[in-house]
Amino acid sequence: MRQLFRRALALSAAVTLSGGVLAACGSSDDTGGNGSDGGPIELTIGTFTEFGYEDLLEEYQRLNPNIKIKHNKTGQGGPYHQQLFTKLGAGSGLEDVVAIEEGHLSDVMAKASLFNNLLEIGPKDVTADRWLDWKSQQATTKDGKLIGYGTDIGPLAMCYRKDLFEAAGLPSDPEGVKPLFETWDSYFAAGDQFIAKSDAAWYDANAQIFNAMHNQLPVGFFDTSDQLVIETNADIKANWDKVTAASGRGQSAGLVAFSNEWNSGFKSGAFATKTCPSWMLGVIKNQAGPENKGKWAVTDAFPGGGGNWGGSFLAVPTQSKHPQEAAKLAAWLTAPEQQIKAFGKTGNFPSQKAAQTAPELLEKTDDYFGVKAGELFAKQAAKVGQAQYKGPGDGRIQENVTSPALQSVEQGTSPADAWAQVVDGATKIAK
Amino acid sequence: MATDLQESPARAPRRGPGSPARPGMRDKLARWDVKLSPYLYVAPFFIVFGIVGLFPLLYTGYVSLFDWELIEDSPEFIGLDNYVDLMVDEQFWKVLVNTLSIFLLSSIPQIIIAVLIAYLLNTRLRAPTTWRISVLLPYVASLVALGIIFANLFGPQFGLVNSILETFGIDRIDWQADRFSSHVAIAVMVNWRWTGYNALIVLAAMQAIPRDLYEAAVVDGASSLRRFVSITLPLLRPTLIFVVITSTIGGLQIFTEPKLFSEMPGSNNGGATNQYQTVTLYMYQSAFEQQDFGYASAIAWVLFVIIIVIALINFLLTRRLAGTGSGR
Repeated sequence: MRQLFRRALALSAAVTLSGGVLAACGSSDDTGGNGSDGGPIELTIGTFTEFGYEDLLEEYQRLNPNIKIKHNKTGQGGPYHQQLFTKLGAGSGLEDVVAIEEGHLSDVMAKASLFNNLLEIGPKDVTADRWLDWKSQQATTKDGKLIGYGTDIGPLAMCYRKDLFEAAGLPSDPEGVKPLFETWDSYFAAGDQFIAKSDAAWYDANAQIFNAMHNQLPVGFFDTSDQLVIETNADIKANWDKVTAASGRGQSAGLVAFSNEWNSGFKSGAFATKTCPSWMLGVIKNQAGPENKGKWAVTDAFPGGGGNWGGSFLAVPTQSKHPQEAAKLAAWLTAPEQQIKAFGKTGNFPSQKAAQTAPELLEKTDDYFGVKAGELFAKQAAKVGQAQYKGPGDGRIQENVTSPALQSVEQGTSPADAWAQVVDGATKIAK
Repeated sequence: MATDLQESPARAPRRGPGSPARPGMRDKLARWDVKLSPYLYVAPFFIVFGIVGLFPLLYTGYVSLFDWELIEDSPEFIGLDNYVDLMVDEQFWKVLVNTLSIFLLSSIPQIIIAVLIAYLLNTRLRAPTTWRISVLLPYVASLVALGIIFANLFGPQFGLVNSILETFGIDRIDWQADRFSSHVAIAVMVNWRWTGYNALIVLAAMQAIPRDLYEAAVVDGASSLRRFVSITLPLLRPTLIFVVITSTIGGLQIFTEPKLFSEMPGSNNGGATNQYQTVTLYMYQSAFEQQDFGYASAIAWVLFVIIIVIALINFLLTRRLAGTGSGR
């Protein structure tokens, strides 16, 4: 009897074990509900950090009783997008509506066939002219498919330390500094003037300047036929030379953006200017802290015109079971009225033309900087030119090739060696 | 094994010479039971190992023969091209040297300090348990928290370590930019976490050394240093080898520390010129950032082979050292 019992135990152990494994394998694909039999349709939406959508999604469910929405929020953009690409590769598991950040958009555009054309499946009255031209261009494929509805943007202005400017004998009121920030040449020239009379650096990091300059170029790392042109595009090398020369003269503080050292740099006043997308105001406020209130200012000028850094899109992957309903939700969320509400919640700057003239936006003031921030960034958003074409791997070249190489120049590598590293690295990614 | 069991009289009483030859069902079952049970008992481990260990291992080898991108419907078979590329990839050799350098910088001081700490813990102390637990505390703390704190301490401009160096009149060191300094900083992180853990293992071995050996040595007039060198160390050899092997396997796969040490949050670059990128970090970057699964799989296999080779060397070393050590 005891033997029998032991045998049974071993057997059942083995069975439970393999059964458990099988069960674990079988339990994928549980999203999506069933709309065909008239029951509520379950939609899922994936976002990262804060989109300010919680109340809006409640509202949408009230307005559309047959829709149930599940919201998957991820804290950080990096892991979120890694997951996104893994699930795209797996062919299942993605939400019906997914948020995509601008920096990762080029990799998404390279796999455009895995996303629905929103011009086809979306509501007919939602066309590309809802958004600023360059915003909808970014998410439009070469053959004219619209992959994502724009949510927010990050128009660039210049932030600067008034007190450091005054101490170095530069003009310090928002109107007076504009000539310094007219072109990149005037910007670097002012930097030379500044560092001659100050202990602080002119800007935080080479990469922060180079990226802004790079995004203003008509052609970026790739041409429209996806050929890597980093070696033949003289504009890129010219930007590179200007930035590395400036850091050679001591204009860069050599602080990697978003590192702890960079955060401390805001508190201690390690640099005098900062390329400032709308969302950067919040970052500066947090890092510089209340003790530095009144020292930072922002002006509606940016060297070389305007620019954009950041912002996201909502897309509907082809693996969605309810693409039409998903597109409808995405269209509703990115309508000007809703984006204004999200702006009120999180300060994410809306990308829709109608939202840019809304009084809620234009009246928005920022106490820390003492300006009408809404109006200022609306002006800057209008200055952004054509969207530069981004080839596959574009974002990775910027993040893993040019930025580290520019950092190595700050750390003592010669600009020529670092440039060779850039060409090598970019070629490897583009292969 | 099974035959032995079958022939033991206690396990198969009915097969005695006098019993009637009735090869019934029960008899057969009993024989199978005896034959198969041992395998059945160990099967769960091997089934689980097969699913989560062996299969991924072999599948990784299979993937490494393809030009396999993350989002790829029909990967192209390219034979050993990934391995050929890897052998001429400068970055791979650079990260391999980084890995070995960090490994040596961490393992050697770690084991020496662990033995010394164990020796101190083995002396008469008040509240010995408190001391023993406190050397284990760094191991209990979260690795991620440690990584973030150490990256802060070693900050080049505002870090605590450099501030302290400056008060002593020593030049500040760019712990991030300089290749060797960054390896030292990462090794300090590894040592901080693992030294106490190894010290406790060594301590356990020390306490197993018979007291009479020391007493005899004292009678012979041996100094405490002599006792440590001639009695403690030789008898610790097998344990030390175990510690060396485990830290080899761990040390060659260092990932979290260099990843968190990076200034660029979330970056897998291991510094501006990959000066502290390790092999596992490079593998991770190839797979999930470059989305080149084939290449990453090739790196995984090469790393696997390297670890096996070094483990084999250690195994041979163990046999030799344990052999000489047993001549007590």
